[in-house]
Order: sequence, then structure tokens, then C-alpha cells
Amino acid sequence: MLEDFKNRNVSEDTYYKVDIEAYPVTGWDKFKRVVQRTFKGELFVGLWVVMREMIDFKIHTVQYPEEKMPIGPRYRAIHEMKRLLESNTERCIGCGLCEKICISNCIKIDTKIDQNSRKEVSEYSINLGRCIFCGYCAEVCPELAITHGGRYENASDQREHFVMYEDMLTPIDVMKANAQKEFEGFGAITPHEDERVKKTPLAY
Amino acid sequence: MEAYLIETVIKVVVVLLIFSALAGIGTYFERKVLAFMQRRLGPMYVGPYGLLQVAADGVKLFTKEDIIPTGVVAKIFKIAPVITAATAFMAAAAIPFLPQFEIFGYTVHPIIADVNIGILYVLGVMAIGLYGPLLGGMASANKYSLISAARSAAVFISYEVVTGLSILAPIMMVGSLSLVDFNNYQVENGWIVWSQPVAFILFWIAAFAETGRTPFHLIANDHEIIDGFGTEYSGMRWGLFFIGEYANMFFISFVIPLLFLGGFGDGSVMGALALLGKVAFFFFFFLWTRAAWPDVRPDQLMWLCWKVLMPIAVINVVITGIVMM
Repeated sequence: MLEDFKNRNVSEDTYYKVDIEAYPVTGWDKFKRVVQRTFKGELFVGLWVVMREMIDFKIHTVQYPEEKMPIGPRYRAIHEMKRLLESNTERCIGCGLCEKICISNCIKIDTKIDQNSRKEVSEYSINLGRCIFCGYCAEVCPELAITHGGRYENASDQREHFVMYEDMLTPIDVMKANAQKEFEGFGAITPHEDERVKKTPLAY
Repeated sequence: MEAYLIETVIKVVVVLLIFSALAGIGTYFERKVLAFMQRRLGPMYVGPYGLLQVAADGVKLFTKEDIIPTGVVAKIFKIAPVITAATAFMAAAAIPFLPQFEIFGYTVHPIIADVNIGILYVLGVMAIGLYGPLLGGMASANKYSLISAARSAAVFISYEVVTGLSILAPIMMVGSLSLVDFNNYQVENGWIVWSQPVAFILFWIAAFAETGRTPFHLIANDHEIIDGFGTEYSGMRWGLFFIGEYANMFFISFVIPLLFLGGFGDGSVMGALALLGKVAFFFFFFLWTRAAWPDVRPDQLMWLCWKVLMPIAVINVVITGIVMM
């Protein structure tokens, strides 16, 4: 039993050796091979294969600017700032963890105390020229505020390309239309988490 | 006399214009057919279904800078592409493109000069086209161009032998070198392909070498010698090589049906349309093989020519002679 686990050559019995004919040595053998290959009609098999593809017309081209391939939910493109579902206010609490964890030092966050003595983000920018889209900021965020989005067409005419907090924040009209898409990718909670969470005793 | 001159000039201009345009449209079809066979779409953006891609390519070729690199033999370098294009179009002079027809009561022969050595003239002028790649490659001061020049000389000269020997047997049967006589012979005696199938296949194979198309595309193989003799060329000089290659493809596509497949038949409209259909098939076959078949090595090509095709051609001539006696 243990030997079965230790045997790592899992594909040993699925390998098969290709039949390689003996290479012709004598002139007569070479002649026979030429005749065989000439009348075997392999050239017509090739012609038929490409003609079949032309008739079937299964085109795989994606005409890019008009058509786009779907990208996975875990794709890490330009960051987004989410709003709270209940109150439509910003999720970001200005803890600064994303700035701390950022390994390419591209996040800059500044906070102040507002009139309700709550911490408020006064300045927040990401230098996309430096960002390596590792996803640490989204993973470390305790509020699921900063996430990655699906906008990957970010060509720029200069190396430093900043994206500001207001540009990343979900617009308020999108929020009111209930159209904010929750992030399913890196660092997000797993689906159906609500059903699995047990209520704390204090709720009774 | 004057009417003849005017008629000839008009015919020359018409043939030049039609086949220059066809060369452009031929590239469009080549790109589309190859794309469909490889599950792609081909050109799609310029014009509807990419139809104006030809015009865009033409604008690019005409307006590009004409670079004469230092170190090349400038005079020969400049004249080489002209040789390719000019000989390709000169070969068209003895090809009857359609049966004769009447327009406003005036009989038009759609052949520029019905010389009595028609097929010999066509093949001879096409053989002179060898000097385009040869001189262009040798004058380019580029090792890849030089390899390509050497290869083109070897391929063209070798396959001239196969072409000449393979059509010798049909010529013996017809007893004339004029392509119009070939056509008339086939109206009376049936297509030559039925009596000379070996000659037909040999000529067809040699046509691939004469036009330098896949599987005999080794004179300008991208993956080993860049663009061969065309490497140092830019702009319209390169375009002339291109037009010459495509014009050659069209003319050889005319010659094969005229020689072996009944040509335009008895001269009716149906016969003319049938000829155009056959030409379209042979042109399509050039593109089809390019999608399907790999290229052969130069030594394999020489082996095929001298050890296989030429002996078969000679045997074919001998057997035809014995049968005719």
C-alpha cells in the first residue's frame, strides 16, 4: 500500500512507444520506400484536412476591439474602491494596510479626522506605472474596500500613470441602481458565506 | 495596319491593367483562403470584409521610401525587379485568354500576338524571369539574398528541363507550338490530359517550381533565408517582384488548361467561362497547397527533378514517339 503512494511514475503504463521503421540501407529498400510514399496519397490527406477546415468554417478569431474574451473573476486588473451596500458610503476606513503591504510602494494614502471625529481618506493614489498587480492590497484589506477590477486596457503615453481615489470609487448612481458588482476574486470571501456563518451567542 | 497597331496597343494596355489588378486581388484571395484553412478570418478591417486591403497595401508600397543600401551594385539592384515583372507580362503576349468574339461588328482576337512558336515563347520568356531573383540576389550584398539567388538559378534551370520535356510529347501529337492550335486540336481530338496524363502531372509539378510556390518555395523561404532575394528591397521595387510572382501564377494557370484541359473549347461563351473556371481552379490550387504542404529541402528538390521527373518525362516522350509511329 505504501509502495503505491511512493510510486511517483504515475504515467508509466500510459506511455507508448512510437513505431519507427527501420531506416532503409540498400538502394532497393530506399526505392521501395520512395514508391510507397509516392502512392500512399499522404499529400491528398493534407489537402483534404485544410479543405475540410475551410468548409466547416469554424473561425476562432476574436475581433478584439469589437469582441473581447471573457476574463476570470480572479483576474487582477485596475483597482476598484467599493461602497457599503447598506449606506452607500465608502468602505475604506483609512487603515493604511494596503500602503504598508504594497511591495512596489505604489500606493500613497493620507488620512485626516473629519468633523464627526471619524478617520477619513483625504488623499489616495496608486501609481499604475509601478504597480505589479500582485493583489496583496486587495487581500490585506479588512473591509473588502480595495479590490481588483476587470479594466485591463490601460495603455498610457507615459510611465507614471496615476489613478486617484475618486476614479476608482464606485459612482454613486451605479450604487443607487444597485449595480455594484461584488468582487469574487483574490481575497474575497467565498460564495454562500452567509449560510455557513454561525451567529454569535450575543445575538440571542 | 493602323487599325492593327491601335488594336494591339489597346490589348496590351488591357492585359497589363487586368493582370496588375488581378495580382493585387490575388493577394487578397491568398490571404483569405489561407486564413479560412487555418481557422482565421484574414483581413477584415479595411473596407467590407477587408476588400480594400489591396488598395491599402498598394498605397503603402507606392509611398514607401525606395532604399538602395550601401554596398549593393546599384544599377543591377535597381533593374532586377523590373526584369521579373516585365518578363512575367511579356509571357502573356502569346496566351489566348478567351476565344475570339465580335464587338460592334469587329472581330477581336484576345491574344496579343499569335506567333507560331507560342508555347516556346511563353516558356522562354518565363525562363528569362530567372534573372530577376538571380541578379537581385547577387547584387544585394547580403548572404541570404545570395543563397536565394543560387537556389533560384538551380531550381529554374532544372525545372526548365522538366517543363520542356513534359510538353514535348503533347507538341509531337499536336504538331504545332501555337496555343491556338493546341486549343483547336483538343476540340477535334478530346482533351490532351486523357492521352498524356503523365505529361500533365509533370508540367503541373514543374509549374510550382517555375512560379516558386509552396512546396517549392525555397527561393524565398522566410524561416531560413528571410525573404531571399527580396530581403534588401523596399517599396515599389519589392512590389514589382510581388506583381511578377502573382502575374506568373495567373499566366501559368492559363497555360495549363490551354495545353491539357481543352482550353476555351469551340469558342462559345460556355467554353470561355469553362476556361476561366479552370484558371480559377489552378490558381486556387496554388493557394491550397500552400496551406497544406510543407516545403521540401533544396537537395530534395534537385533529387526530385533530376532522378524522378526528368527520367519519367524522357520515357513519356519515347513511348509517345513509339505509339505515334
